[in-house]
Amino acid sequence: MEKKSHPYIPNSVPEVKAEMLRVIGAANAEALYADMIPDHLLLKRRMNLPEPFPAEHDLRKHVAGILNKNSTCDDTLSFLGGGCWNHFVPQVCDEIAHRSEFLTAYSGGYYSDLGRFQANWEFQSLICELVGMEVSGIPTYDWGSAAGNAVRMASRLTRRNEILVPAHMSPARLSVLTNFCNPTEMPGALKINKVAYNQETGTLDLKDLRMKITGKSACVYFENPGYLGAIEDQGDEIADLAHKAGAEVVVGVDPISLGVLAPPSEYGADIVCGEVQPLGVHMTAGGGLAGFIASRDEERYVAEYPLRLISITNTIVEGEYAFGQAKYERTSYMSREKAKDWVGTTTALHGIIAAVYMSLLGPEGMKDVGEAILHKSHYAAEKLAEIKGVEARFPGFFKEFPLNVDAAGKKVRYVNKALLKRGIFGGKDISREFPELGQSALTCITEVHSKADIDRFAAELEAILR
Amino acid sequence: MTQPRVRPYHAPVWSERLIHELGRGGERGVILPAVEEEIKKAVGKPEALVPKKMRRREKPDLPELSQPQALRHWLRLSQMTLGMEMGIDLGVGTCTMKYSPKVNEELADMIAGVHPDQPEETIQGLLEVAWRFANVYLHEISGMDAFTFQPPGGSAGAFNDAAMMRKYHQLNGELEQRDEIITTIFSHPCDAACPATAGFKVVTLYPDEETGYPSVEALKAAVSKRTAGIFVTNPEDTGIFNEHIDEWTKIVHEVGGLCVYDQANLNSVMGVTRARDAGFDMSFFNLHKTFSSPHGSSGPGSGAVGVTEELEELLPIPVIVKTGDRYHLDYDRPKSIGRVRDFLGNLQVVVRAYAWAAALGADGLREAAEVSMINNQYLSEKMKSVPGVTKPYGGKRLDQVRWSLEKLKKDTGCGINEVNRRVIDYGIQSYFTSHHPWIVPEPFTPEPCETYRKADIDYWVAVLRRVCEEAYEDPEILKKAPHNSSIHVANTAPFDDPDRWGMSWRAYRRKMK
Repeated sequence: MEKKSHPYIPNSVPEVKAEMLRVIGAANAEALYADMIPDHLLLKRRMNLPEPFPAEHDLRKHVAGILNKNSTCDDTLSFLGGGCWNHFVPQVCDEIAHRSEFLTAYSGGYYSDLGRFQANWEFQSLICELVGMEVSGIPTYDWGSAAGNAVRMASRLTRRNEILVPAHMSPARLSVLTNFCNPTEMPGALKINKVAYNQETGTLDLKDLRMKITGKSACVYFENPGYLGAIEDQGDEIADLAHKAGAEVVVGVDPISLGVLAPPSEYGADIVCGEVQPLGVHMTAGGGLAGFIASRDEERYVAEYPLRLISITNTIVEGEYAFGQAKYERTSYMSREKAKDWVGTTTALHGIIAAVYMSLLGPEGMKDVGEAILHKSHYAAEKLAEIKGVEARFPGFFKEFPLNVDAAGKKVRYVNKALLKRGIFGGKDISREFPELGQSALTCITEVHSKADIDRFAAELEAILR
Repeated sequence: MTQPRVRPYHAPVWSERLIHELGRGGERGVILPAVEEEIKKAVGKPEALVPKKMRRREKPDLPELSQPQALRHWLRLSQMTLGMEMGIDLGVGTCTMKYSPKVNEELADMIAGVHPDQPEETIQGLLEVAWRFANVYLHEISGMDAFTFQPPGGSAGAFNDAAMMRKYHQLNGELEQRDEIITTIFSHPCDAACPATAGFKVVTLYPDEETGYPSVEALKAAVSKRTAGIFVTNPEDTGIFNEHIDEWTKIVHEVGGLCVYDQANLNSVMGVTRARDAGFDMSFFNLHKTFSSPHGSSGPGSGAVGVTEELEELLPIPVIVKTGDRYHLDYDRPKSIGRVRDFLGNLQVVVRAYAWAAALGADGLREAAEVSMINNQYLSEKMKSVPGVTKPYGGKRLDQVRWSLEKLKKDTGCGINEVNRRVIDYGIQSYFTSHHPWIVPEPFTPEPCETYRKADIDYWVAVLRRVCEEAYEDPEILKKAPHNSSIHVANTAPFDDPDRWGMSWRAYRRKMK
């Protein structure tokens, strides 16, 4: 068979390869490998893999053929949330996300990749305005990882090894957090204590917090809104309790709420973390996540960040801005095991997309999106609760609420199956995660839902439960 | 040999202001979806839906820009980013700056609207792609038995493996005793930092002066009953392959430890040598490097993890499994480490990796490996013409070489920082120096993977040679570089000065007052 060069591999042109081998002075690749890798470790056979699709058209057809078996929330009405949410993504976000320069850049320096550094810095600037802080960095993997880093920062700051978390946080996020805290057999382990929540309001049980907070507590971590959607309105009291015990206050937020909800800095947060995905990043089957961390601009906080922190500076020419990494010796790139946790390839592109989003919405847009979510989700809760046997839990919520069907005598699993047949993804079944909430589905309504969507959902649910 | 002529270049100079300086009160970039009047009527004022003390009193100080103004700003910033595709980005070693096929972007975008908690029957296509990439492609390339895509980056893969190592010893009742991991100084920093975050003490082995990697004796002296395992990159960041790697895994297994293979530097050995055959228990693969998913200005990536059958039950949940012709997410794994990230990881990265591997097949993957290795030998040959450059340690290198400009620095006062600021004046992306500590003085590490044609390598070397010649002729040129960039020499002092650093517009404005 005639050997064609592969479009992705320019030097697969046989004559070019031969010329290069001549310059090197080697007969072929095998001879070179034999010089570097012991014979018994060489794979002496062709890999057993499916026939390739060298033609782009055939490849597209093959992969798209498989992926077309999926449904998406674009073709199916969805009420799923719970850590990854269906929000409006402005086309300009997509345009910038696909710019070759941002999409393919990596670790160029701050001269050649100036624009990337400025975009990273502007993400920090814009998210700081939402949360009311002065320091942030290039985002990490997701909210859970950001919370993991944040509680470890608090532990190093206080030299204490216990953390308090809400019992009603996302079990998946708690699992990520737990892996950051190490098992108790290990000397540096952080002990996690759960604080109960009030099952009427969905907010933290302060009585339980008072009992559990001690001189060993490194921090109190709580969320706003919480995983179950409730707005935590006791932030100032929680912060007081924590600060009196010498603990840090770590608050996890969904930033899309911050056009209408008070910034955590106003109710005593020392470290803020949260999920970037709602700010213009597609859900992407959960691949859209990115976690941010923010704090006041105090040296002792800055010193504990594992993230890359981009700082602004000037140049030898009047009026020019430049950017670079602040206090770089904190990072694992510089200090290996002595670093603050670790940093790596995280989610810089999602940070840039979120910066674009925040610049497009501005202060009015952030208010509008928050109000639209409040309006529509509360309308849905009222509408759905009119159905016999259905209850919407927690009065003060943003975007999500547990929709309980106990009184209808049905299981969420059954309801969701029936909804799927009618072209609807019902809310996430949390009956196993929170048995105390009975048969409940965590139901998410955002600005993308119309009244007609919500009414349709209510009508189908009513028909199913009838 | 004739050298190609170095061409003039200038980066775009937009003198772009900060986004906060570009706002004009009243402008808007987008209008949000409408809220129907019936909803407003039914629900009432939105502020009444928020507990009083939780209402936002002051609007966030975000800039106000119309859509064309916002777009223009971000486009200008993108133009002032040389990135990877615009030029010859073979200088960034350990990162495998390879071409990311455009068709793969379109395919990855097909899952943009998928929610990860959708019912399994509605994401069969997604699960199939992920399952096939793991159990057909990665399985054959690595020899490993079971996989997870939950770790969303290479370092996250290392952390995942550290968490699994922890669990393994915990289940055996040995975690208190086994509190040490061993790595090598030329393994990526994550191989030390991630196990340390997971709670292990780190023992680091240093290279033998001659071979460039630690000796078998050094490893034997380091292992003990305290050894939980090893984390090693191979080929190391020097490009040198540890010829005794299977002896290493035997030594560690003999004392009851586990072996983790950091396969971030896999590119030149795909289809050539395999993790499993060298005796490894766990490994991780950077799909944003070897498998072509774009680096995204530093993520989202994927640190795909492959493990042996023995460790499969410890993998993070959920695991994608196949039953008959259906795929499902298995959460019922009582010995699992739980999660290292929410949901399933960065599956858009997996879609791209699958498409890349499917386009190449067995021969294409091997060809990519061979060409990247040959490119590196060719670059090495060409580097002989560059004054002031030396190659520490003897022997051949697979995917990259850690070079040194120590001689140039001694001769001219210009080292890697000055040279790096000058190469960009010729339109070449700045190169990667080295992770710390700098065992090799004045280090730099180009990695000419299969994306670059022979002429690219010739041109890259010509630029480096020209710059090193300039250092000998007139070092001031380098010291004042860059000359053709978007900005001029930066004042780096604020980066370590709490009174002057500024990580946001707020902090900057306060400090400028």
